[in-house]
Amino acid sequence: MNNALATVKPAPRAIASLVRRPFGDEAFEWLTFLAALAVFVLILLIGYELAQGSLLTLRKFGWRFLTSSDWDPVNEQFGALPFMFGTLVSSVIALVIAVPLSIATAVFLTELAPRWLQQTLSLFIELLAAVPSVILGLWGIFVMVPWLADHVFPKLKQSLGFLPIFQGPIYGVSMLAGGIIIAIMILPIITSVSREILRSVPGLQREAAYALGATRWEVTRIAVLSYAKKGICGAVILGLGRALGETMAVTMVIGNRPEIAKSLFAPGYTLASVVANEFTEATTDTYLSALFEIGLVLLGVTVVVNALAQLLLKAMEGPLATRQH
Amino acid sequence: MNTAYHRWRKLKNMLVQVLTCVCALLVILPLGLIFYHLVKSGLGSVNMAFFTQLPKPVGEAGGGMANAIVGTGELLGLAALIGVPVGALGGIFLSEYGASRLNWWIRLGADVLNGVPSIIWGMVVYALVVMPMHGFSAWAGGIVLGMMMVPLIMRTTEEVLLLVPHGYREAALALGIAQWRTIVQIVVRTALKGIITGILLALARVAGETAPLLFTAFGNRFWNHRLSDPIAALPLQVFNYAISPYEDWHRQAWAGALVLLLFIAIINAGVRILTRDRFLQRT
Amino acid sequence: MNRALSLIVGAVLTLSSASRSSAQMLINGAGATFPYPIYSKWFDEYARVDPSVRFNYQSIGSGGGQKQILAQTVDFGASDGPMTDANLAKAPGKILHIPTVAGAVVITYNLPGNLKLTLDGPTVADIFLGKITRWDDKRIAALNPQMILPNSDLVVVHRSDGSGTSYIFTDYLCSVSKEWESQVGRNTSVKWPSGLGAKGNEGVAGQVKQLHGTVGYVELAYAHQNDLPYANMKNAAGHPIEASLDSVTEAMATAKIPDDFRFSMVNAPGGKAYPIAGATWLLVYEHQKDPAKGKKLVEFLNWALTTGEGMAPALDYVPLPDDLKRRVIDRIKTITY
Repeated sequence: MNNALATVKPAPRAIASLVRRPFGDEAFEWLTFLAALAVFVLILLIGYELAQGSLLTLRKFGWRFLTSSDWDPVNEQFGALPFMFGTLVSSVIALVIAVPLSIATAVFLTELAPRWLQQTLSLFIELLAAVPSVILGLWGIFVMVPWLADHVFPKLKQSLGFLPIFQGPIYGVSMLAGGIIIAIMILPIITSVSREILRSVPGLQREAAYALGATRWEVTRIAVLSYAKKGICGAVILGLGRALGETMAVTMVIGNRPEIAKSLFAPGYTLASVVANEFTEATTDTYLSALFEIGLVLLGVTVVVNALAQLLLKAMEGPLATRQH
Repeated sequence: MNTAYHRWRKLKNMLVQVLTCVCALLVILPLGLIFYHLVKSGLGSVNMAFFTQLPKPVGEAGGGMANAIVGTGELLGLAALIGVPVGALGGIFLSEYGASRLNWWIRLGADVLNGVPSIIWGMVVYALVVMPMHGFSAWAGGIVLGMMMVPLIMRTTEEVLLLVPHGYREAALALGIAQWRTIVQIVVRTALKGIITGILLALARVAGETAPLLFTAFGNRFWNHRLSDPIAALPLQVFNYAISPYEDWHRQAWAGALVLLLFIAIINAGVRILTRDRFLQRT
Repeated sequence: MNRALSLIVGAVLTLSSASRSSAQMLINGAGATFPYPIYSKWFDEYARVDPSVRFNYQSIGSGGGQKQILAQTVDFGASDGPMTDANLAKAPGKILHIPTVAGAVVITYNLPGNLKLTLDGPTVADIFLGKITRWDDKRIAALNPQMILPNSDLVVVHRSDGSGTSYIFTDYLCSVSKEWESQVGRNTSVKWPSGLGAKGNEGVAGQVKQLHGTVGYVELAYAHQNDLPYANMKNAAGHPIEASLDSVTEAMATAKIPDDFRFSMVNAPGGKAYPIAGATWLLVYEHQKDPAKGKKLVEFLNWALTTGEGMAPALDYVPLPDDLKRRVIDRIKTITY
């Protein structure tokens, strides 16, 4: 129910022609309409500025920009492949770690936990969501990375070293560290959105399962989770969208090396990190244009992923409409 | 009936409860670790000097982040000037006016904007404001944070306004009050607390942003006297100190991080606790 | 909502005026991380000399300094590497290179035991080319016959941002290794054949300090500040030289300095000269657009090149020799505003 005044029908035509809409109403509606349009204005603005900034390299490299691994400011050869690889791999690692944890937590919070515990835990999860990226990066580089380098990575290398992803020298700063820190950042968002989704499942579904004698877990599995599949997918993709754009925390722990390596212990570089590191110093026009183009690639990827997530979430909400509209 | 199968089902139920509880605790573990470390490393440096003094040159002990703290305040003020009117009015449009189809698109757009990485906002405002102005400035910093706030405030305002019962609107209109007056003086007034909550949450969210400020506010070792000059900001200063090689600056970085986190946490926890079970249905 | 809005506006104005003093000017600069310690000392001192102006310097890297002065978003830039002709041609006006101090780039490392290594140019080049990957490689051992080198991996750390320190270092590597010159080249930002990237001198120093077996390059001041060990380098004359104020002064004394002050002093011929040395410059427009700011900037430059130079040695920087100083002060006189 969007238009709250839909229940108020406009006056019959005869009277309507005598009574014009007051100026205040007209003006206010236009004012708020323009404000709402700001959303589209901003989207267009972002797209336009990025596209304009990257015209040079768009023309010079074309599609090669996306397939080349050469990032050479001296010879002015720029290729975005290592960054796309880095963004993709670090995000996938983050999802692998965060998704099971988040969904389990969401299930715990909505179905299985007592009320007092629910509210306290939710508060803490919201607080984790509020931790700025730079503080997480600070903790990451001073606390998490040395601990990983000294205790976790060597054990991984020992036990799983036959896999190529766990071979090679251990520096601490690495693709894996980047993935872990992104996981920590996206845990809250996947958890809260999943919780909202699980809560919006109609009580009837649960009651039916209980009536058949199911245990709490079975109710959750049968009645709730399968019903909420689409929404949970949306939550996961929303988390992915957030993971793709993470900048500060990742820059501080990923090693900043534009190279595609097999090992997760090797340093990597993401689209957002290279922009953060090199934007203020790109001395040549081509260099700056290449960075704008990286921004454009990043924008394209995040917009597509976020739009997909929102569509999934809205598809979930559609048939339910349990909110008091 | 207490067959083996039943016992197995009950066991599964208990295992899952334990497992998910463990997962929930794991999820908040990083928060605890971070907070512990911030307090351990930073609390010692949070003293009067930290809040009142300017940064000292490299190698000299002491100094503080007074300009960064005030700078963040100024940037948030500027951001609110842009973000609050546009966001709130837009939210009003989404809840009170508009057609179903159009509003669906606007909502989708706002949600997508919420997902745009902050560094891209920074690049855009650099091209839009910093380059034509030939300088980094508090304006640019405020503009980028304000733009980031618009979709956030729009959505929260809309959600809160939708919760106001229709009866209020109908009663006011029945009394002959103009529509715009109904909205402003009755609907918005009723939902005011929720709207302010949304604004505070958006402020807390952008208060911690660093990446966009790298290319806009630039940072300042001194007080900012003109909005067209560069300005220091707490997350920016924390970042610069953190990657420095000086022990004293590291300690100050931790202190700054602690202050920043406490500021954001207090706003978040505060608004949630104050408005629980009132207008926002979330816990 | 009106009240909230006016409260916010009122708060902003109050806060802004609380920190306002009478018409203080702010001059912004950005660039090199290498001279950050001495520049921040200078700006702090100068605020006492002339309280009506403040110099705000952000160390975003030499590349950043060059880019921002070209874009005219700052009033002056700072760079450890001179700007190329191509870049100078892009500037909307003539940019002057004002050398301020010189320093040494040292090779720092993280090894057990208090080892003082000796290295030479070709070996360092091969390390950074990724051809030498272990500490007990025979070439390193040959240069350090008395030492027991660990049998561990050698990890290279370089700059991830555009850096004049990188410029000086790659300039040196080009002069001692043909392979480096053809494969990588000299610039503030290059395609490093191997290693981890860290932001700023700070970042490299921090990374080397934290990770065992690393080798990186930083300015001498940062090595001292962080208590990092650094290697003696064999210079062009074949003697192993420790980086110090004297050895860098010797390098600068024997370097040839052209009229526009863009010079290189790596691999200087002097017997006691330290081979990886370079100067750092302030980049200013010959014609200053803002007369008030231009005047203050020129006053500061004169102060820096006279009084400021005296503060350099205490912070591990080498002041300019007197004849160079005179030439620079003459050049400063040509700045118009």
